[in-house]
Amino acid sequence: MALLSVKNLHAYYQTEVYGISRTVRAVDGVSFDLFPNEIYGVAGESSCGKTTLIKVISGSIKPPLKALEGSVNYTFGDYSVDMLRASQDELRQNVRWKEISYVMQGSMSVLNPVRRVIATFRDIVDTHEGITDKQKFLEQTRAHVNRLGLPTDVLDAYPHQLSGGMRQRVAIALATVFQPSLIIADEPTTALDVVVQRGVLQMIKEIQAISSNTVLLVTHDMAVHANVADRLMIMYAGRIAEEGPTETIFNEPLHPYTQHLIRSLPMIGERSTKVSLEGAPPNLAHPPTGCRFHPRCPYVMDVCRTEVPELVTVKERHRVACHLVKEDSL
Amino acid sequence: MSVSGKLLDVQHVTVEFHIGGLMGGTLLTAVNDVSFSLDNDKPEILTLAGESGSGKTTLSRVLLRDLEPTRGKVLFEGRDLSAIRKRSEFNEFMKKVQPVFQNPFETFSPLRRVDAYLFDTAVNFGMASNRRGAVKVVDDALHNVGLSLDEVRQRYPHELSGGQIQRVSVARALISKPKLILADEPVSMVDASLRMEIVNLFQKLRDEQNVSVIYITHDLATAYYISDRIGIMLRGYVVESGPVEDVLERPAHPYTQLLKESVPEPAPKERESWAKHIALGTTEVKEYGRIGCKFAGRCPHVMDICRKADPPDVQVGQQTVKCYLYSEDAEKSAAGTGH
Repeated sequence: MALLSVKNLHAYYQTEVYGISRTVRAVDGVSFDLFPNEIYGVAGESSCGKTTLIKVISGSIKPPLKALEGSVNYTFGDYSVDMLRASQDELRQNVRWKEISYVMQGSMSVLNPVRRVIATFRDIVDTHEGITDKQKFLEQTRAHVNRLGLPTDVLDAYPHQLSGGMRQRVAIALATVFQPSLIIADEPTTALDVVVQRGVLQMIKEIQAISSNTVLLVTHDMAVHANVADRLMIMYAGRIAEEGPTETIFNEPLHPYTQHLIRSLPMIGERSTKVSLEGAPPNLAHPPTGCRFHPRCPYVMDVCRTEVPELVTVKERHRVACHLVKEDSL
Repeated sequence: MSVSGKLLDVQHVTVEFHIGGLMGGTLLTAVNDVSFSLDNDKPEILTLAGESGSGKTTLSRVLLRDLEPTRGKVLFEGRDLSAIRKRSEFNEFMKKVQPVFQNPFETFSPLRRVDAYLFDTAVNFGMASNRRGAVKVVDDALHNVGLSLDEVRQRYPHELSGGQIQRVSVARALISKPKLILADEPVSMVDASLRMEIVNLFQKLRDEQNVSVIYITHDLATAYYISDRIGIMLRGYVVESGPVEDVLERPAHPYTQLLKESVPEPAPKERESWAKHIALGTTEVKEYGRIGCKFAGRCPHVMDICRKADPPDVQVGQQTVKCYLYSEDAEKSAAGTGH
């Protein structure tokens, strides 16, 4: 049973200023499922629709963003929610933080700089469950922080006293107070150094292993995905280019974009010349016709310019949207 | 002007910042006794790598003469930077040492066309007397980075891709025909599919234009890919330096070893070793104030002496390593040879 089922989702930014309307097709026909007990990675360049996708599936759809088509359905045990139709009150009471929590890039902006860390914990617990017994809250929070391997004195520190990695881990501790079914991590380690990045990602992996929940990890860093994700989605210009188990994606990438992404990664101990793709990621206000990758694709054919390739399943759990692949396998 | 010898000679540079109020406060040593040099006749790419707060950017500010070192000096073509007083001398220096910054979208004002910056630079440095005369200079610089003036003329920053605009920013640095480019994290804001074009560009500049590059980054994989030499910085110290193959393939300092191990390999088969548990520091400032080796708190091979005094620089193979682990060996061998 899927935890989250997204079907044919179209989410556009629509603006109208002085009668000039503009539509940015940030998420255009995306379907995928998330299952319990997995780490699902989403990779893609900036402005490929990663963040829009997260906004929609976490239920923060505010104008100019509109979800025009498709469905986003969650099943938490025997409780299910339709994200596109649920009221904000219902989301606040039953879903946010309890079932879905969010770890974002700048942990500094999550924590209030003029209050101790414990105050932020108190706010969150008070908002979602209410605190009746202060002593019990303190004990539970200490136990929670301890379980994640953080020293309890971080609770009495101000955010500026903590190192960047420790702040990010505090943000993760905040996101896991209620043992949510889904943790969405949006570029959680982008601003951090490699050593700290490793520590933070290890913590995310450990939490996932202990509580068997689902982690949606969004980052542009393919090397991080290689080491953390179980399954991987490659997004390009608002669509899914390829999806599959991490090993399959790295060992047998089928989409030319994925192949390029993996081939262009520099590695210590290997010095062959790496090249960039020609051209630039497309502007989603005026995306290319047909396959959106065709202006940059080294194997472009006539059909790519006119027809949108469908996402076809080539092997078990491995889906690719490319005309090349379609011809080979069918 | 010296024809041979050193292009850049950094001698025991130390930068201290005073943190806190007028009374009391603490002294933070951001750069601690750093020395290195670049040869004049052999252009090379030197990487300074390290985590945030290791002093990389402070050091680059010293090299750009944006910051006066507390102790030590920097010689550029044999001339002490602190002796530069007159505006004309500073202009001469700026012509030869040019920066490339991290975020190209912040380098250029979004309200100004990018070619205006290129023409301004050309006129300000006297490469041309007016805008019309600068066309060729600007076009040449753009050709060096694989663009042309027709592609960027009248364009605003948002009309160019991240890779293109970062190349424009390198072209701007090239207009005055510099001998040294200081690039502070030049690819960290550029999209993955465009990143390698910038990195390859620096290699091309070194090989074809004889420009030396100081590449400041925390990304060891691209550092390995382009540089000739590397210096690993930790809390103001250069803890290990040498040819990039030696330092990154056979790291000697425990910190470099940890750093290299932590770089995620872009291959799923390496997952097990990467997942090995590591210890992280809790707070930021503690390591700066520590006496002795700054890595002692996290080092798996820590000894008593590490916490007492700064470790010496020791030559290990091709590398220079600041660590007591190797100095004992050095002492023994020194005693053996009667040094």
